[in-house]
Amino acid sequence: MLPKWFNEWNEKNPTNVFGPAILVGAAGAAVFVAAMLVNFGQPFKTDTLQTGPRGTGMGVPEFQADLAASYPDADNFYTTEPIVPEANARPIRIVRADAEPTLGYLTPENYDRLVEAMRIWTGIPDLFAGEENYQTVVARNMIEMTQNINEFWGGHVNANAEVGVTCYTCHRGQPVPNNIWFEVSPVNENAGGWSANQNRVTIVSNSTSLPSDYLETYLLLNEDGQYNRIGVHDLASRVQQMEGDPLIQHAERTYAFMNYIANSLGVNCTFCHNTRAFYDAAQVTPQWATATLGIQMVQEALDLYILPLADVLPAERLGPVHGDVPKLACRTCHQGQQRPLRGLNVIANWPELATTSGEPDYSAFQ
Amino acid sequence: MAYFEYQNIFTQVQVQGHPEMGMDNENNLAAERTKSASFSTLAGLIGNAQLGPVYLGWAGTISLATGLLWFNIVGLNMLSQVGWSIPEFIRQLFWLALEPPGPEYGLSIPPLNEGGWYIIASFFLLVSVMSWWLRTYLLAEQHKMGKHIAWAFLAAIWLFLVLGLFRPVLMGQWSEAVPYGIFPHLDWTTAFSIRYGNLYYNPFHALSIVFLYGSVLLFAMHGATILAVSRFGGDRELEQIYDRGTASERAALFWRWTMGFNATMEGIHRWAWWFAVLTPITGGIGILLTGTVVDNWFIWAQEHNFAPEYLAPYGYEAYGSYEGFLGQTTGGN
Repeated sequence: MLPKWFNEWNEKNPTNVFGPAILVGAAGAAVFVAAMLVNFGQPFKTDTLQTGPRGTGMGVPEFQADLAASYPDADNFYTTEPIVPEANARPIRIVRADAEPTLGYLTPENYDRLVEAMRIWTGIPDLFAGEENYQTVVARNMIEMTQNINEFWGGHVNANAEVGVTCYTCHRGQPVPNNIWFEVSPVNENAGGWSANQNRVTIVSNSTSLPSDYLETYLLLNEDGQYNRIGVHDLASRVQQMEGDPLIQHAERTYAFMNYIANSLGVNCTFCHNTRAFYDAAQVTPQWATATLGIQMVQEALDLYILPLADVLPAERLGPVHGDVPKLACRTCHQGQQRPLRGLNVIANWPELATTSGEPDYSAFQ
Repeated sequence: MAYFEYQNIFTQVQVQGHPEMGMDNENNLAAERTKSASFSTLAGLIGNAQLGPVYLGWAGTISLATGLLWFNIVGLNMLSQVGWSIPEFIRQLFWLALEPPGPEYGLSIPPLNEGGWYIIASFFLLVSVMSWWLRTYLLAEQHKMGKHIAWAFLAAIWLFLVLGLFRPVLMGQWSEAVPYGIFPHLDWTTAFSIRYGNLYYNPFHALSIVFLYGSVLLFAMHGATILAVSRFGGDRELEQIYDRGTASERAALFWRWTMGFNATMEGIHRWAWWFAVLTPITGGIGILLTGTVVDNWFIWAQEHNFAPEYLAPYGYEAYGSYEGFLGQTTGGN
């Protein structure tokens, strides 16, 4: 098939072509891939939300595909407009015998409407129906908590725009919300003190080897009835060791807490901090202040509304290690989003949940 | 021979024959060495193909024994922490650690399960490392060599001692020491840096990085230069030092014409040695000053005017919007 001279020449000049062929093939493939990357860009494109001055590396990067993806939790939010009571009508006491007393100030139409929504939000179809059970008692606490947050914690919840919270912000259609937490430490056997609360893969530690006891340390009252200081640094340049100055151990526990917050919000350190000086209040973003309010909000919510449920919840709802109450924190609401439900305004149609006064403001719907 | 056949990174010539068992003399040296030797083609690709014999001596024996004790104390503590479960031990191996005592114990000896084992293990590690150092010194002495290797090793040991002994003692707390664990010692490193206000503003940390990266650069330059002139006999470095040949000439000219300066065939090794030893020496100084003299390196840097100020605003509102980010419009500048 090939010309005779070609075959003869090949026989006289045997050459190993495999070495050069592999070399050329590998080099060619590399050139091809490089050319494709230059022409079409890297295939997993990212966008970055810049959060601080240029040159500090402050930004939150996300894959464009993730940003473009729909967020079903927000799409599935159930809401209906309120039925405005007759003009000048004061809140009408419900005469129905089966009405839930904490919501007794609502008109019958709005009462039914709100209970219906709560059943959908929490996935508890018989909420406030029939026999009084533990879910009813819990729900009363949770309604009060929701009203309290909406009325008094606007600095955190409505920091960017009116969004508010409802049952759905945490529950997302499930009787027990995702991303609750329990006390788990000590996590190590046959160890005590600083050796016992860390270096294990736990849900609380977010699969790091950092301490697993940071939530209970920073969000619950300590033995003296105080909240432990969330502190890392000594603010003197030269050594002036003071009693109570933070130690490496505090830094590590705080790091675990900050990592939890970052994971809860789907952001990184630089969403709030300039990482060259974490402590410096002059080098943080406005979101740092919002988050600080959030920590205080969680502390109050746990103390006033969650921990008192210890006597109410049945054993199967309590923690696996210490039998403690299931607790909330950043992730329970945020669920991986900077703004829960991506900033969906959930309170607009529910003035009943926006106030602790018992007098919902329906003026926006008149 | 094709041009690329002498441009190689692996050793091309391997000698495998009767093993070289070393000298014996009136000091009965051979009796202290192991009796056998073998050959490995794989080892020959990157070094000498002959494996063994090994001389341990008393220092090496002590070092291995105490080192093994440290290793086992750490490992058994980890195994104990997972309730003696082997599968769990394997699964969590990189997370587990033997932690130093908590700060409440100061420099006292705490209960075994709260850091007592850490103190005991650290003692054995100290003995192990120091007797291995002694071994490098004594072996060099026996070979009538300079002690450069021992002093270089001591530079690394300086950093090790600063981290685990000198600094904790100066701080008055064993809790300042580094835990023995894969991820936990990385946690410690981060926490240490953040607690003391960002170690990157520690000038000795900066110096250490300079020497570390410099060592890498010098090693790559020297290794590449010698390989590149090995066809002219450049790999016989000692001969080239006292009787400069065309290999040295070419290597020197290459660098001088490239960057205007060249090391000598001998001096390049002093460059490499000093860069290597200065890495842990400067690093150790930086660690020793942290918490004992300077408590917040960032504020220290501000006081010494080398932490730049940024005037641009903080917060994404100044550069874009959350809605815009979700909507994939370009935010920021």
